[in-house]
Amino acid sequence: MQFSERWLRSQIDPKVSTAELADRLTMCGLEVEACVPVAPPLDAVVVAQVLAVERHPGADRLNVCQVDAGAAAPRTIVCGAPNVRVGMRVPCALPGAQLPGGVRIATALVRGVESSGMLCSARELGLSDDHGGLLDLGPDAPVGNRFADWYELDDHIFTIKLTPNRADCLSVLGVAREVHALTGAALRMPDVTPVPSSNDQRYPVRISSSACGRFTGRVIRGVNPAAPTPAWMRRCLERAGQRPISALVDVTNYVMLELGRPLHVYDLDKLQGTIDVRMGQTGEQLALLNGQTVTVGPDVLCICDDRGPIGLAGIMGGESTKADDASVNVLLESAFFEPAAIAGRSRHFNFTSDASHRFERGVDFNNNIDGIERATRLILQICGGSAGPVDDQIVRLPTRVPVAMRTARARRVIGVAISDDEMLALLTRLGLAPKVTSAGVIAIDPPSYRFDLVIEEDVIEEVARLYGFDRIPAEPPQAPARMLPVSETHRSQHALRAHMADAGYQEVINFSFVDAAWERDLTASGDAAIALLNPIASQLSTLRSSLIGGLIATLKFNLNRGATRARVFEIGRAFMRDASVADGPLSVAHIYQPQRIAAAACGPLDEELWGNTRRSVDFFDLKGDLEALCAPLVPRFTAASHPALHPGRSARVELDGKAIGWVGELHPRWVQAYQLQLVPVVFELDVEPLQRVPFPGYSEISRFPAVVRDVAVLVDDAVPAQDMLDDLSACQFDGVSHLSLFDLYRGSGVPSGRKSLAFRVVMQDTERTLTDAQADDVRNKIVVRLALKFGAIQR
Amino acid sequence: MQTQLDQIVGEALGQFASLDDAAQLEQAKARFLGKSGAITELLKGLRELGPDEKRAAGASINRAKERIEQGLHDRREAIAQARLDARLHEEALDVTLPGRRRGGGSIHPVMRSWQRIESIFRSIGFEVADGPEIETDWYNFTALNNPANHPARSMQDTFYVDAIDSQGLPLLLRTHTSPMQVRHARTHTPPIKVIAPGRTYRVDSDATHSPMFHQVEGLWIDEQVSFADLKGVYTEFLQRFFETDALRVRFRPSYFPFTEPSAEIDMMFDSGPLKGRWLEISGSGQVHPEVVRNFGFDPEKVIGFAFGSGIERLTMLRYGIGDLRQFFDGDLRFLRQFS
Repeated sequence: MQFSERWLRSQIDPKVSTAELADRLTMCGLEVEACVPVAPPLDAVVVAQVLAVERHPGADRLNVCQVDAGAAAPRTIVCGAPNVRVGMRVPCALPGAQLPGGVRIATALVRGVESSGMLCSARELGLSDDHGGLLDLGPDAPVGNRFADWYELDDHIFTIKLTPNRADCLSVLGVAREVHALTGAALRMPDVTPVPSSNDQRYPVRISSSACGRFTGRVIRGVNPAAPTPAWMRRCLERAGQRPISALVDVTNYVMLELGRPLHVYDLDKLQGTIDVRMGQTGEQLALLNGQTVTVGPDVLCICDDRGPIGLAGIMGGESTKADDASVNVLLESAFFEPAAIAGRSRHFNFTSDASHRFERGVDFNNNIDGIERATRLILQICGGSAGPVDDQIVRLPTRVPVAMRTARARRVIGVAISDDEMLALLTRLGLAPKVTSAGVIAIDPPSYRFDLVIEEDVIEEVARLYGFDRIPAEPPQAPARMLPVSETHRSQHALRAHMADAGYQEVINFSFVDAAWERDLTASGDAAIALLNPIASQLSTLRSSLIGGLIATLKFNLNRGATRARVFEIGRAFMRDASVADGPLSVAHIYQPQRIAAAACGPLDEELWGNTRRSVDFFDLKGDLEALCAPLVPRFTAASHPALHPGRSARVELDGKAIGWVGELHPRWVQAYQLQLVPVVFELDVEPLQRVPFPGYSEISRFPAVVRDVAVLVDDAVPAQDMLDDLSACQFDGVSHLSLFDLYRGSGVPSGRKSLAFRVVMQDTERTLTDAQADDVRNKIVVRLALKFGAIQR
Repeated sequence: MQTQLDQIVGEALGQFASLDDAAQLEQAKARFLGKSGAITELLKGLRELGPDEKRAAGASINRAKERIEQGLHDRREAIAQARLDARLHEEALDVTLPGRRRGGGSIHPVMRSWQRIESIFRSIGFEVADGPEIETDWYNFTALNNPANHPARSMQDTFYVDAIDSQGLPLLLRTHTSPMQVRHARTHTPPIKVIAPGRTYRVDSDATHSPMFHQVEGLWIDEQVSFADLKGVYTEFLQRFFETDALRVRFRPSYFPFTEPSAEIDMMFDSGPLKGRWLEISGSGQVHPEVVRNFGFDPEKVIGFAFGSGIERLTMLRYGIGDLRQFFDGDLRFLRQFS
């Protein structure tokens, strides 16, 4: 909502400055987004009259003018404007004047003629973009007066960002009502007294749909459609962001902005038969005022005549019946349409209008006659003519039910001890006619222009708003000092995050929607992948079922920008269809959306530094980081294939027998396809299993010394080390407290196709010291077991 | 006799001083104190003296012997010390060389803020809730009192996915974190004091809007939780988050379907580059009675407040980051600044 301060002050003029007015509006809920002066100070610009115009002796397109700028002697001014003529009154910038854009006016020779000033266009004065010629001020402009005074430039344009519930403030009157409630200053209602009819012509109107609650019409005959819109009205409209069109249209726009009452004006002579307000019929078409042709249907309320639709009710009129510069007889429409019947329709047709903006939020259904009287008065003043009677048909109007507010409830919700009397006074100033209906209960009567006062909280909000949010104290609340549980067996995501950062990974946040190609290339999601119905871009069209694609893209982004080494991780959700998921407190049926943690690294393991390892990061680096992340949980790894990963260098990660993720090197195919200079190694795990950590279990430390034996064996290359460890653990040899693989060797002394593995066996007894013989016995059993089971040969 | 002794002692000390090697020093020792050493020889000569002379000479010789032994001991110490010094010198490092370590990682600035927000609210007893990002129409809109044909539901504002909920309505990416407060409230009983941070999505992409961003939702429901309490809690939160009391906070009437009275929260720094400008920071208000009913509670019995803030916005103001898109570029040069 945009309007000029002068217009507002013509209805209410509180004794507050412009800045304070803006601040108080903002603080009552009408956010003033902008409050800017209409024009820069134009101090040395005066109203001047052109006395004589002669062709410049040295330039065809210039004129040498004699100008009366209020001084005793005329001034000579060279002017290039095409519309300059004798007798015209125009703004004249005198030497010393400072114009917008830094132009400073001085006496100067223009092609040999001394020019002492400049005659100005609207654009040169920063008033509009109109550069068609000099700004014609009309014959009434007082010569010699300060132009800014005559043109009412000491004005500000207010732009208010209204919340959708406050359509009642989509007019100067609506804002004035708020200012009245805020300041108590007197409200001066525009003149809406009835204009007596001087003919008895009515136009037949039928209301066939209850979506039209009221239709008020009035015929005006014999208007002069070419009458110019007066300067004051043009100024009001321009400063409200409206382009003046013609007097008839300008009056309807003016009344809409002034009273919040949308009107439409038809050319009476273009109407055929009876006006019918009805729902559209499938396939009906209508050419609108904005040049657009729309096809309506049974969900669109239309104004029709005998030939079909002539307007979209509450949205925009039609081209066929519009009042134009030849319209002598007109019909004014002042209607009420149900907000629900208008809402969303113009959006459906891909445009919006001032009328639809108001009707879909709710228009005062009690000012139809005020609006039509106001418009009639203005049209008769400007265009002449003779008005017929007001023809008002009411079918069904919204009901207004008194809303009761318990003052104790208001105090409880707001948290301030506002007295009943003060609440009563605040609501009275808002025009809500509050009454005390019983002790501690105030009932208000919602006015016809308010569509947002239905429940008790609506009234409480009015009290709070007018009392002033800034007067409500901001003190720390009082509440029982309860402690939060602190679990030792649940690890937060932040702990995992901190671990990864400590391990040298940078955290990134990638979009949850990805390129569909990543899903196809890098995951096995297939039909489980979920697509967006309305992606903002085709490469962001699918919800990710894996975080890996995003991390690979992050690596590539950084490698392309000169990075030689990158380690990144992300914690976020993945998404896929899963019929086994049911609706639950934290779940949506058939959609699996687990939190994942994923990491990717490429380039040297360590940053280049005098003492650091100079090798590239590999599978076992990421596996080690993964194991450290899981600790104290101990995951297991099984060689398995994954579409994103090198089939010989990838493993499924399991925890307690359940697959929780993957680790591996990116498949060479994708390294090539994605044009990566370095080979990334990645892992991705479900977060939830990592968060459940065991409670520390205490057992007594043995007082007897441990005995250690190492067992080195040769075994076939293909035998997984994990299998050997698993088998030995399952044997549960006497006294073995710890069993680990500590060395792998290939090379001289080891036949090709085989590897040497060394296991360390720690034995300990809580009751006694183990003898060497006992320890040797266990070692021998291990050697035999490995030989039998895996064909291992002791070295 | 004494002259002779002094000469021997002088000779011994002289020899010891000239030696840098422990073995040579032991050989030199033998020359004076060994079986046929000079001092030993003199002691042998005592046998030929009378008792008085013997005593006097013996004492002199022993004094000389002690002086030599002392000299020997001192020299041994000195040699050992020199050896240690040499070794220490040899082992000395250039301690100014950089320490051997893996390059440090970092936590994303938005996550830093998320963690700080959590710890600030935890400090006065707020729990932290979670919830799904693909949501149903009911949790994202209906439960929050959004009218059925509200424009927020349109495909111009909300991302929809190719799946439907149990009611047959299309599933969507949550447009705010508020559905988490509904889910949390429906599974708990008042008093409810919870924040719900998370990812949110809206069909919007330009310099100041990202189609994916983070919000944190706060909810406090109890018998007497008022709008004044909201002002108190949120004002203090901003002071703690920005670690300064030198900021002003204003609550301005606004409109949201899920709160009433509703307030937009603006803040203004008293210093720094953004000084003197009101900055929109959060939407908030007293939870609408209809929403309280959708929580499963009686709005006559319990009331309370809710707020929702953009975490990116808070983060940008905290660290002076100008471009929202940097959060999602994954540029390591940007991320490393937050290690």
